Amino acid sequence: MNRLIAIFFGMALVNNMVLVKFLGLCPFFGVSKKTKSAVSMGIAVTLVMLVASAVTWPIYYYLLVPYGVEVMKTVIFILVIASLVQIIEMAIKRTNLTLYNALGIYLPLITTNCAVLGITFINVDQSYTFWEALVAALGAGSGFLLVLLIMSGIRERLEYADTPRAFRGSPIAFITAMLLGLAFLAFKGMI
Amino acid sequence: MSSFWKNLTKGIVKSNPTFILMLGLCPTLAVSTSLDNAVGMTAAFVVVLVLSNIIVSAIRNYVPDRVRIPVFIVIIATLVSVVDLMMQGFMPALSKSLGIYIPLIVVNCIILGRAEAFARRNGILDSIADGLGIGIGFGVAIFLISFIRELLGTGKLELFGFKLFSIPGLDQNPAAIFLFPMGAFLVIGLLLALFRQLGVSKYE
Repeated sequence: MNRLIAIFFGMALVNNMVLVKFLGLCPFFGVSKKTKSAVSMGIAVTLVMLVASAVTWPIYYYLLVPYGVEVMKTVIFILVIASLVQIIEMAIKRTNLTLYNALGIYLPLITTNCAVLGITFINVDQSYTFWEALVAALGAGSGFLLVLLIMSGIRERLEYADTPRAFRGSPIAFITAMLLGLAFLAFKGMI
Repeated sequence: MSSFWKNLTKGIVKSNPTFILMLGLCPTLAVSTSLDNAVGMTAAFVVVLVLSNIIVSAIRNYVPDRVRIPVFIVIIATLVSVVDLMMQGFMPALSKSLGIYIPLIVVNCIILGRAEAFARRNGILDSIADGLGIGIGFGVAIFLISFIRELLGTGKLELFGFKLFSIPGLDQNPAAIFLFPMGAFLVIGLLLALFRQLGVSKYE
């Protein structure tokens, strides 16, 4: 149990997907202008990460490892994730239209989100067990959601700030990310 | 031939993938802690991009439009697996230090973007030029960032164990923040602002 808690907080705070591992930067800068879309994106990514980890783990250990074709993991995982995203999109569209309207446009973008493919590789690299992989995915997703939420809050305020002309838009967003990263560095002593 | 040069040069400055289009930032920022990493990443990236452009361009008349994205993804993923294995075999140390960022080239938006926007509409030669140009543009960006981060973060520059030069004083007390992940954000943020000030890129 302690190990699961350590993995969760390690993934969410210490080894944060965005600020430490640089995964999922495109949605981080692209969707962090408004809090509402940031939350939708964060939830969608967490959901896909969880399902992707739950599906790729058995595929890796019960299909690729017995046949000795671990090298195929890049090809297999990206195909699995791409089709999963399609299936999740269809399922949400059929069952919950409100949720679909909130998350819909973000789901196709997630296919090429390196954070999702990244977490499946990390699960394999760290040789996590099935439950550890799920907790790691949940932690990584929550960390992503948290940072996206903080970032969007700051950027909404930044709109009204008198930023030097050359820094407007993306440069100041990078500088903000750097300060956020400094703050998250303090979590390093936690585990 | 003139279109070859035009396609080759446009990727370096005018549509530089990192500084102008701001695509594929994850590997650029993550591995840019040393010049060695920059060389390795650029090599892997250029090989995958040029080969995927060639293949996509060669099969452009045979792939139905509706299934083109999955086809492109499978092509890119196969090439990435090949490059990943080659690096593990011939350059194990470099492959270890680049880690998961080599297999993650699959989801790099630049490569899929070039296949979708250029290679599927143009001939093989033009696609090679485009791939090389964008690849060099990516290389220039990652070199620039690695140069600054390694120089300020360690106080010296090294290329595959060969010491290029060091700054007296700074190599004893380096500004280690540049080697931390947030150092990358700081460097790219300042560089983007600098390019705007110099007029290379446009204001928002």
